[in-house]
Amino acid sequence: MPDVTFTVDGKKLTAPAGTLLIDACRKAGIEIPAFCYYPGLSLQAACRMCVVRQEKVPKLQTACTTQVGEGQVFVTESAEIAQARKATIELLLGNHPLDCPVCDAGGECELQDMTFKYGAGESLYVEAKQHREEQKWSPAVYFDRPRCILCYRCVRMCGEGMDVWALGIQSRGASATIAPNGGDHLDCEQCGMCIDACPVGALTSDTYRYKTRPWEMNHVATVCTHCGDGCKVTLGIRQADNGTDIVRADNRDKSGINGDFLCAKGRFGFDFVESPDRLTKPLIRNAAGTLEPATWEQAIRHVASKLKEVRAAGRAIGVIGSNTTTNEENYLLQKFARTVLGTNNIDHVRSTDYPGFAAAMAGHDHRAASLRDTQTAKAILLIGGNPTEEHPLLAWNLRTNFRLNQARLYIATDSPIKLERQALMSLQLPVSLESGGYESLSDFLGGDDNALDFGAMDDVIESRPTQTDTVPTELTHAKTFREAVLAEDSLIVIFGEEFRGAAIQKLVAWGLGKENVKFAYLGDYVNSRGAADMGLLPDLLPGYVPVSEPGAFGEEYANLSKQPGLDAVQMLDAAGRGELGALYVVGADPIASYGVDPAAFENTFVIVQDIFLTETAALADVVLPSASLYEKTGTVTNSYGDVQLVKKAADKAGVKTDFEILVRVAGGMGIDIKKLVPFGTTGKGGVTADMGQSRGAQSGEADRHAVWLTANNLEPRLSPFDPLAVLDEIQRLLPAYQLDRLNLFGGNDVPSQPGFVPVSDLLAQAAHQDVVLPAHDGLFTSGTLGAHTVALTEIRQYQHSVSDAVVAETAAD
Amino acid sequence: MSTESLSIFSPQLAARFDALVEKYPLRRSALIPMLLYAQDEIGYLSDAVMEEVAERIGITTLDVRNVASYYSMLRFKPVGKYNVQVCTNISCMLRGAYDIFEHLQDRLGIGHKGVTADGVFSLEEVECIGVCCWAPALQVNYDFHDDLTNEKVDDVLASYRAKARSEQAEGGSAHA
Repeated sequence: MPDVTFTVDGKKLTAPAGTLLIDACRKAGIEIPAFCYYPGLSLQAACRMCVVRQEKVPKLQTACTTQVGEGQVFVTESAEIAQARKATIELLLGNHPLDCPVCDAGGECELQDMTFKYGAGESLYVEAKQHREEQKWSPAVYFDRPRCILCYRCVRMCGEGMDVWALGIQSRGASATIAPNGGDHLDCEQCGMCIDACPVGALTSDTYRYKTRPWEMNHVATVCTHCGDGCKVTLGIRQADNGTDIVRADNRDKSGINGDFLCAKGRFGFDFVESPDRLTKPLIRNAAGTLEPATWEQAIRHVASKLKEVRAAGRAIGVIGSNTTTNEENYLLQKFARTVLGTNNIDHVRSTDYPGFAAAMAGHDHRAASLRDTQTAKAILLIGGNPTEEHPLLAWNLRTNFRLNQARLYIATDSPIKLERQALMSLQLPVSLESGGYESLSDFLGGDDNALDFGAMDDVIESRPTQTDTVPTELTHAKTFREAVLAEDSLIVIFGEEFRGAAIQKLVAWGLGKENVKFAYLGDYVNSRGAADMGLLPDLLPGYVPVSEPGAFGEEYANLSKQPGLDAVQMLDAAGRGELGALYVVGADPIASYGVDPAAFENTFVIVQDIFLTETAALADVVLPSASLYEKTGTVTNSYGDVQLVKKAADKAGVKTDFEILVRVAGGMGIDIKKLVPFGTTGKGGVTADMGQSRGAQSGEADRHAVWLTANNLEPRLSPFDPLAVLDEIQRLLPAYQLDRLNLFGGNDVPSQPGFVPVSDLLAQAAHQDVVLPAHDGLFTSGTLGAHTVALTEIRQYQHSVSDAVVAETAAD
Repeated sequence: MSTESLSIFSPQLAARFDALVEKYPLRRSALIPMLLYAQDEIGYLSDAVMEEVAERIGITTLDVRNVASYYSMLRFKPVGKYNVQVCTNISCMLRGAYDIFEHLQDRLGIGHKGVTADGVFSLEEVECIGVCCWAPALQVNYDFHDDLTNEKVDDVLASYRAKARSEQAEGGSAHA
């Protein structure tokens, strides 16, 4: 659209023709109030707050529906307009209760703000207000009818935004009201987006209602700890007698990677931090064989001396890291394992084959799609998985992109998914994961017509009559699908755990053959990608550098072995054979994950750092209570390689961050901590330290870290417990993690570049077969965290009962 | 539609609906006529009615409810066999509609939106039914009765009561 010039309040503005006046004004810093207008959703023009005067037009116009044109002249503030807005507010307040002092929205209510700005001090209405008791629509959502101003934001958010369509407007006139789809309850995805969109306190959440006021909280923006999308979430924090309480989670300023989106887990799934099951004291197994509370000093001393003992005895030590700890902690853990324990026996419980993805992408820069790309991409090919359930933000982005930009979504799936409603074309694959059949799709896309065996899926097709009506055979349809995909100028290919190892290679190779094809590989946990990126792998160092050719790491890491270590399964096997002297588990539950017989650990000294007493922790010799992601600082990397800053929001008495625990254990073992965490200066005279310029005998003493810091105008960190010191080292050593700190520390996502992987890595990958255990967490589950989150448990049980009722009804028909 | 055999509507109405949903560029345009016809046949918009209408059009039951609740002539509760609707708008009111309405209330022993215990009559006060020239007027189901007096109202009620009785007798004998 060509730009047009128009005048608002005497200021010349320029915007593309057809831009809504309200948008154009907001962009130019002119605020036009509105209740019903919500960026990105369809127009409602219901509230009349955005009225403005347009020259030569007899009546006031609504700015939210007026498209700007050349030469138009608008006035947005005048006595006449103020009067009109005042009248609107008076009508809205006609039946609005005056319960601001107890209303959740009090203090951040748009109606309150507008009343202060335009409203009258008194009302002409003398009629009694119509009161209705508040209604509980679900364990998450409450509705307070008299507070509702009928702006329809929730209705549109639920329908257009979430594609759930669980809210509607019923009756008319003064008795019009928002109604849920279940009559008196909600049967939906429980995302709470309606609550977020509500400009007043009509929709409130169970987790927050009547607990506090907005100004009594500290608001800390961090990253949601639940899934691999890594939404930015703002936690509302309040002091409590045992640390702090998280009382609310939302994305308050609509900033960051997820804009205004959060799902049920992000919004309501935070009460695990104050679960009574939380570990708050270190536990040591006593002579009687039971876990007994101990002090941190005792526990650290015990762990350190035991590890030294096992190391001195030359017995194997295994380390299993976490998918939910920060990059810094993961990096430190593998550095601790490799340099202090002197072993490559390090792994994590893998939910996706990121090493395989990195190998496939090696050497191809700018081919990885960030999560933001899915908001704007013109065409997307989604293969397998169900983002609506497992990657809610991705699903939101795809829906939004379809709605606002007419993005073309192609879906290849072996079972129907909800996102097909937004898909231009959908291909039912005749495969299941068991037959390894997703791999055949790559062949088919690559031109092999016989790759897909449709004979196996007759019964599946029968249940989907709409597909067969329009295409004569599945193969013809598949070919049409392929042609359409191939005809796209640019494409993002999104796939998940259905692809591993060679299958990823094949798919990525197909895509790399085309220009403008980017890839996203979906993982399950908040830092699954980070765990792999940071080298929690027996054969790969951080940045997927093979241990056999460690490059710079060879010089950095003392005692680095070039022999790949044992992976998690091999470690557990070794324990079963009595060959593992010690097992150090951080934030993982390998016994539950791999179904190991607890008896296997009889001859192994097991150390577990976790927030809860997991199955593995229950049989550990020492249990160290660690902080959750909401109680620490660092960075995490989401499925798409976007790095985000995690900020310490809450506090829990008794626990320590995994970072601090590791540093303390290393300290207890008598290690020079500066070799583990680069803090302070090298101790050879502060700023005059050797800057790597030396020659001869002293050249080996060049402090690379100090040199790098100086080169990047950074200062040494002061504390050995400062995770950002390790972030400096990560950035120094990992070409993929060249992070734009302005954005990172400003709370934005910063893409990493998985293309920067040494090409030699391709060879290192070929041979081995990894055990990958996808989590398949749905909308209301989140592994151990989810099980300890009361709000999520309630929602899950509720949705279960609601859906069961539907099934029972259908069966009765 | 595939679940035709499970339809709660008569085969004739189901066939009519099949045609109706295809008649408009947008399927949901058929919603209001379908609700009216369904109400005529079933007597009111039960949950089952709204669910089937939603399914036939391909919208949610909530959508149907949203639209239906807007219109006061669509109802969600059963009415009597004969639904007596008394107009009390200006012309009828000036010609004594409220007397007629009160008389009906006395005779039937029910108020606005009430249903008699035997389920034969229900009473409703409604807006203009377009018979101003012969006010006051009332409507029983789709039959008009105009230029009313209390006596005439009694006759009207008697005739419907007789009709109900004979139909019941017929129905009874048919069953026997």
